[in-house]
Amino acid sequence: MNAQRMFRLLCRGTLLFIFASGLFAGAFTHYSYTHQFRDIPNTAPSAAHWLGTDALGRDLFTRIVYGTRVSLLLAPAAALLATIIAAILGGIAGLRGGWLEKIILATADLSMSLPLLFVLIALRALLPLDVSPILSVVATFVVLGLLGWPASLRVVWAASRNLRDSDHVLLAQALGYRRSQMLFRQVIPCLRPIFLAQFWISIPIFILTEATLSMLGLGVMEPLPSWGNLLRGSEDFSAMAANPWRLVPLVVLVLTVICFQFIFPGSEELA
Amino acid sequence: MRFSRRSAVLWLAMCSFLFSAPSGRAQSGAELHFCLHGEPKTFNPILVDDEASENVRYLTGGVLIRVNRQTQALEPALAESWQVSRDGRKITFHLRRGVYFSDGSPFSSEDVAYTMKLLMDPQTHSATGDAFRSGEGTIGVQTPSPEVAVISFPTPVAGLERLFDQVAILSSKSPKKEMSVLGPYYVSEYVAGSHVLLRRNPNYWKHDAEGHPLPYIETVRLDIQRNRDIELMRFRRGELQLINRLDAEQFDRLQKDSPGAARNAGTGLDGEEFWFNQTATSTLPDYKRKWFQTTEFRRAVSVAINRADLARVVFDGYATPAFGPVSPSNHFWFNASLPAPKHDPQAALLLLSRAGYRLENGVLKDIAGNRVEFTVITNSGNTAREKMATMIQQDLSEIGITLKVVTLDFPSLIERITRTFDYDACLLGLVNTDLDPNGQLTVWLSSGEDHQWNPNQKTPSTSWEAEIDKLMHEQASTPDEKLRKAKFDRVQQIVEEQQPFIYLVNKNALSAVSSDLAGASPVALNPQAFWNIETLRLKPSPEMGASK
Repeated sequence: MNAQRMFRLLCRGTLLFIFASGLFAGAFTHYSYTHQFRDIPNTAPSAAHWLGTDALGRDLFTRIVYGTRVSLLLAPAAALLATIIAAILGGIAGLRGGWLEKIILATADLSMSLPLLFVLIALRALLPLDVSPILSVVATFVVLGLLGWPASLRVVWAASRNLRDSDHVLLAQALGYRRSQMLFRQVIPCLRPIFLAQFWISIPIFILTEATLSMLGLGVMEPLPSWGNLLRGSEDFSAMAANPWRLVPLVVLVLTVICFQFIFPGSEELA
Repeated sequence: MRFSRRSAVLWLAMCSFLFSAPSGRAQSGAELHFCLHGEPKTFNPILVDDEASENVRYLTGGVLIRVNRQTQALEPALAESWQVSRDGRKITFHLRRGVYFSDGSPFSSEDVAYTMKLLMDPQTHSATGDAFRSGEGTIGVQTPSPEVAVISFPTPVAGLERLFDQVAILSSKSPKKEMSVLGPYYVSEYVAGSHVLLRRNPNYWKHDAEGHPLPYIETVRLDIQRNRDIELMRFRRGELQLINRLDAEQFDRLQKDSPGAARNAGTGLDGEEFWFNQTATSTLPDYKRKWFQTTEFRRAVSVAINRADLARVVFDGYATPAFGPVSPSNHFWFNASLPAPKHDPQAALLLLSRAGYRLENGVLKDIAGNRVEFTVITNSGNTAREKMATMIQQDLSEIGITLKVVTLDFPSLIERITRTFDYDACLLGLVNTDLDPNGQLTVWLSSGEDHQWNPNQKTPSTSWEAEIDKLMHEQASTPDEKLRKAKFDRVQQIVEEQQPFIYLVNKNALSAVSSDLAGASPVALNPQAFWNIETLRLKPSPEMGASK
């Protein structure tokens, strides 16, 4: 058990370090993430460029650090948006039941049956062209948040439906609690662990979705770096073998996703 | 062991085949293997409008006149000779005798007439046929004898003979219709999404200098493979013998691993270009439209772009800065008097200041005080174009221009540049398959739908576009090649002065050829690596003896 706690602490520490490096990117590197050293594209790691340079001669370490800021700040925001939508709609569906429940669940099922990637591509194409890169990033993650709620909704709905028939909620009803009192004193405290779990699970999902969109060239706009568009450099596996340091963005992404999975105690530990 | 009469016949047949086989066919049963980069949309040669179908047409179609891809000169094929009338309205073909289609049906002038009739039928919607439509009226074909075909056009058609390089003759009598061919191979098997198998046409008319029938290779298997990395991996494993149109990064890697296999045929015909939206009906604000319609603005942007860096960084040096609409590899039509492209931010700023723009704290502003910033769109998934756009972004920032780069999926991009005109600038590539400028008529005529910066104009909106229209019409209606060249040189000069298209680079024609394949000499023209398919040979593999 101690080993598990140690591992969890390690994951938390790693995530904290990655977050901090993104937030205080300027303290970690003195290069601009846009500057192209055109005489040294695709160069190997050196004292001047710790992780070498990308295909246009931009410092790869700098781009990873600034990319962390973009991906790790906006993915939680998108996850929060998706979780709030799932919590509200899932809660209403589970607690109210009836025709409203049917409509909400049908909407969620319909949303889940749509191929998310194509919907994202279509929405992205509808955005006006004349937006700044920062705004495009925000728009990308807002769209992710607005479309990423149905899976979480199902979980919240199942939990709140169980809660509706639970003894303590029935007792509260019998004692004459008002609806708002029921919601804030009985329902939300019981569902909080589920909301939190959905939030933490959604973050890596949104990071990976943004990465997929960027792999398709539809994510964060150049020259702004994100983990997604940095991963585009690893499309070519044979080039990776010759330049293994180009795998660093992938390693950071995998590490982050793993850490997100282990920062909270598992159900066995809680038991 | 029983020695039956039937096995004796087989044995004799085998012996006679072995002893009579010419040296050129020593690898009987040999199979050449390479990839198509998409599904062929059709095997009907007159309906071809995609690269995969065009490759199949090149391998299977018999044409009257062939453009030699190496010398760029015309060579007799199914027509032993031809004459074009002085007024350029009539061409007389003297056809080769004793030629048969792959199914054994004889070839005659009736087949030429049948093909031309189908090609020019408006119901056919043939892109190949469009090139022959010089003016109002119908095309007449006379067949005074089985060996002579005379084709008359209502108005003169410039560069008429070259157009026949794309016209594969169909059989008028064969029940197999377009599957009966006169080219070196015929389609033997097609599995959608998997492969096209071509077999040697036993009736192909061509022989080598020693009288051996061509082609040497028995079968060609064309795998349908869109993923270029997988294609390269298979080539490295020895499963493929050639790759056409390698990108620079793949070529560079191949050259490091197996330098003998990487073939650089020099500057190709394909180019990358950038243009501003100048359409009157676009949703652009007036001040932006004014920037884009100002010659000095376009010239300044052109001068500010470092093309040498684009060629070196994005294409690993396997590209050359583009001079204009014609690549230097198009020997006849390239205007060698055009100035070499230069990168000079100071000259760009000078041009801009003459047009009333001013640089304030590193930000360029127009005469009304608007910040000069615009968006360039390109197709997502094309890494080279995305890299070019990002480099241009930095180049333009040196003269105070803010460039935003937006990548769109291809259908959305086409929608914007052809229908809604909701864009500022676009970066795309140009694939040139035709050497003759007549192939670009719809690009240069102001009424053309491919006149991308301002298409489908009723009357030319600028004097220089009117001059281009006049020159293009004039060159298209005279058979005098020198006069045509002079007129198209002037078109190139106007384009260089006005920069409606800002030409960036011409990519090299890069291909991979296995050491198992003999006789390959890739060229800049399509189909680069297998233009001389008839004379390619597969070397005997050590493990498998004579056949591979």
